Amino acid sequence: MLSRHLQRLEAESIEIMREVAAEFANPVMLYSIGKDSGVMLHMALKAFYPSKPPFPLLHIDTGWKFRDMIRHRDMIAERYGVRLLVYTNPEGLARGINPITSGSQLHTQVMKTEALKQALDKWGFDAAFGGARRDEEKSRAKERIFSFRSKGHVWDPRNQRPELWRLYNTRIGKGETIRVFPLSNWTELDVWQYTQAEDIPVVPLYFAAPRPVVLRDGLLIVRDDERLPLEPGERTQMRTVRFRSLGCYPLSAAVESTAATLEEIVAEMFAARTSERSGRVIDADEAASMEKKKREGYF
Amino acid sequence: MAPDGTSKTPPEAPGKGLLRFLTCGSVDDGKSTLIGRLLYDSKLILEDQLVALARDSRKHGTTGDDIDLALLVDGLEAEREQGITIDVAYRFFSTPKRSFIVADTPGHEQYTRNMATGASGSEAAVILVDARKGVLTQTRRHSYICSLLGIRHVVLAVNKIDLVDFSPERFHHIVGDYFGFAQALGFESITSIPVSARFGDNVTSRSERLRWYEGPTLLEYLETVDADHELAARPFRFPVQWVNRPNLDFRGYSGTVASGSVTLGDRLVVAASGRESALVRIVTADGDLRSAQAGDAVTLVLADELDVARGDLLARTDARPEVVDQFAAHVLWMAEEPMLPGRSYLMRIGTRYVPARVTSLKHKIDVNTLEHIAAKTLALNEIGLCNLGSATPVAFDPYAENRETGAFILIDRFNNATAGAGMITFGLRRATNVHLQSLSINREARVRRNGHRPAILWFTGLSGSGKSTIANLVEKELHSHGVHTYLLDGDNVRHGLNRDLGFTDADRVENIRRVGEVARLFVDAGLIVLCSFISPFRAERRMVRELVGEGEFVEIFVDTPIEECVRRDPKGLYARAQAGKIKNFTGIDSPYEVPEQAELVISTHDLSAEEAARRVLCELRARQIIG
Repeated sequence: MLSRHLQRLEAESIEIMREVAAEFANPVMLYSIGKDSGVMLHMALKAFYPSKPPFPLLHIDTGWKFRDMIRHRDMIAERYGVRLLVYTNPEGLARGINPITSGSQLHTQVMKTEALKQALDKWGFDAAFGGARRDEEKSRAKERIFSFRSKGHVWDPRNQRPELWRLYNTRIGKGETIRVFPLSNWTELDVWQYTQAEDIPVVPLYFAAPRPVVLRDGLLIVRDDERLPLEPGERTQMRTVRFRSLGCYPLSAAVESTAATLEEIVAEMFAARTSERSGRVIDADEAASMEKKKREGYF
Repeated sequence: MAPDGTSKTPPEAPGKGLLRFLTCGSVDDGKSTLIGRLLYDSKLILEDQLVALARDSRKHGTTGDDIDLALLVDGLEAEREQGITIDVAYRFFSTPKRSFIVADTPGHEQYTRNMATGASGSEAAVILVDARKGVLTQTRRHSYICSLLGIRHVVLAVNKIDLVDFSPERFHHIVGDYFGFAQALGFESITSIPVSARFGDNVTSRSERLRWYEGPTLLEYLETVDADHELAARPFRFPVQWVNRPNLDFRGYSGTVASGSVTLGDRLVVAASGRESALVRIVTADGDLRSAQAGDAVTLVLADELDVARGDLLARTDARPEVVDQFAAHVLWMAEEPMLPGRSYLMRIGTRYVPARVTSLKHKIDVNTLEHIAAKTLALNEIGLCNLGSATPVAFDPYAENRETGAFILIDRFNNATAGAGMITFGLRRATNVHLQSLSINREARVRRNGHRPAILWFTGLSGSGKSTIANLVEKELHSHGVHTYLLDGDNVRHGLNRDLGFTDADRVENIRRVGEVARLFVDAGLIVLCSFISPFRAERRMVRELVGEGEFVEIFVDTPIEECVRRDPKGLYARAQAGKIKNFTGIDSPYEVPEQAELVISTHDLSAEEAARRVLCELRARQIIG
């Protein structure tokens, strides 16, 4: 049974999803395999019941996701019978762009941001759902629920459409698109409490377990395969860790934790003293980093 | 960072539920700092955020060596560089008593629309005043917008009280000043609190330096203020969002209950059509419900197959909304381009989009004095009381009775910008059963008698492009074929019907609106009416297009380059305009918006007027307007 607070959040998200289904010619839901995507997909299945969600899922695969994430993705697509599109930037692949020798900035730019834009153009999507939340990061706190993108997927944060009441402006011109954020008003804690209450499957990496870890620049990096070279003096050690946020494995730091169940994760949230994106290497690249990436088309 | 190993039970669910509020007021009154203080004192700033804050404070801070709390909320690069707030930021925090979503809104007049965005979703407002400066224009503007948007509870936070030596006299003076203004705004409660956001006095804890103040701290107030907006107690309203039809055996209407509640068996009515049926199922993915309340996202199934689509409003038959196509509303204008009465905008009300226009601007409102001022247009950030007309009747409740069904936005039809926000005060004319009297001699009868179909041939182009010459030739030709015609142009309209109009943008719009209405009557009478007007704006041409049926508007763009028009200059107008003797002359100091979807483009550069006229006739035949 959901708390009143979660019921209200769920209803608001469902309303946003139905709005998109009713107004756009060709919407898509970005599915990044993480906990927020899981909640978003779960609500999409509820929003259109007894119909199926009238849009496919899109995963931008950089080639560097944890193997557990890919397994989870394919399991979910099969279990729910939803259409899953997977896209990788072919030029980036050909050029051998990777997070280790290319650097995290170039990797993110080419394999995530550019790839996403290519995929949206390839299939002609006019609206794309993302699982971003306003509590994650301060430039995301500024974003509208229906966030307009001009041609070339550019975000102009200084000139956003006013968004009054829940009267979303869904009108766009040719070549323009809308990013839609149904989880805007959710917090990390809400996401976990909802996941627990609705029993939504999540990638096992969110649960604490002994994993092979390298300590690098103060961050705990889990070595998911042999592609991550060890630097001189580094060695892997087994630590009991879990993830609060999942991305490309060399760029996602784990936290030491013993929370091995949803209940324990929720309890841990109450005591947390760092933000969930503190483990994201790409956020620390430079000041205003997220805003810069978002203006270029990142979610 | 791991918890102490044992799993803790989450605290009790907050008793008062969620409160959405905003902070507003003038620039530099300390809105962002106040929110930063609330977050900081509530221990909601996490360690890595504090590190980033200390780094940002050194770089952009305005508080010397101290950390600058405003940088916690000013999330855009431009904001941190300039030390101002441009757009609304949403922040989340909770105390054991309540959870909060706070909208930190910008103080600059330039960004009023972003302030309104934050206010429209809020149940309470914290209006800040700098104790040194007192009540300013923006304080009054924001207070007025809060009251227009239906916020009932406000806090007057007299900030920077430390900078006036915690003076009770100064505090009481400002409070008196504010009440003198705000009394007319109809707030249910105004609570005044002296605070120092920078040092934390009276924000989350009682200040030793303000012992003379006996009221609540800001946080105490926020934890207890009543946010119930009684939507549950209002009549049942359900805007249909999406028709749910997975197969032939199921037809449901998905949407969110806007207000009131509904129970199985209730008689429901589709507001606009008046058709009724009984509610037989309330479907959710978690199983069917017996009843649904305001805020629930559900799918309704009716006993009968009615014609219900997205945009329809369902209500209970015993408490119906009004259905009108003319109504009065307060409009806050949010676009750079001013609001022009007569211009067609796209109105979104509930889940419905419908073309609408402001038929008259009754007055605009001076936010300082609340006086009514006569005006012809509304500029960016201005507020006015308008009469509006919609292309088809819309269902609504007055905004004061129901925020969900009384609010609308206006969208610019060319760049799709959200141009205005409106709150309906009352309906002007009941459209229910005011269906146009069906006259016994109808259009079809006239078409049969005339032997041709009616149409508007709209010639648009620069002055001197050859519009009138071509239109005259076309009319002669049509007349000789026995077609009933009439020609409207600047010469026969400006001297009579429109002699009260000049050449400002607002007057140009009204000029074309009247011409369009006259042309429509002629079309109704079965004529082919030729209109020859520069008509430089797309919006007005589209407005006329929408007055008549599909295929009855033929836009003919007489495309002559400006250089050629200037060279011809048959009336000597360009020479005078270039000499500065005529203002607002199209092509010289007023723009011409080239048609994007004209039915016919005539480039006079390589065509004679006779050949151009022939092409128009060919086009009319191809469109089967004439035989």
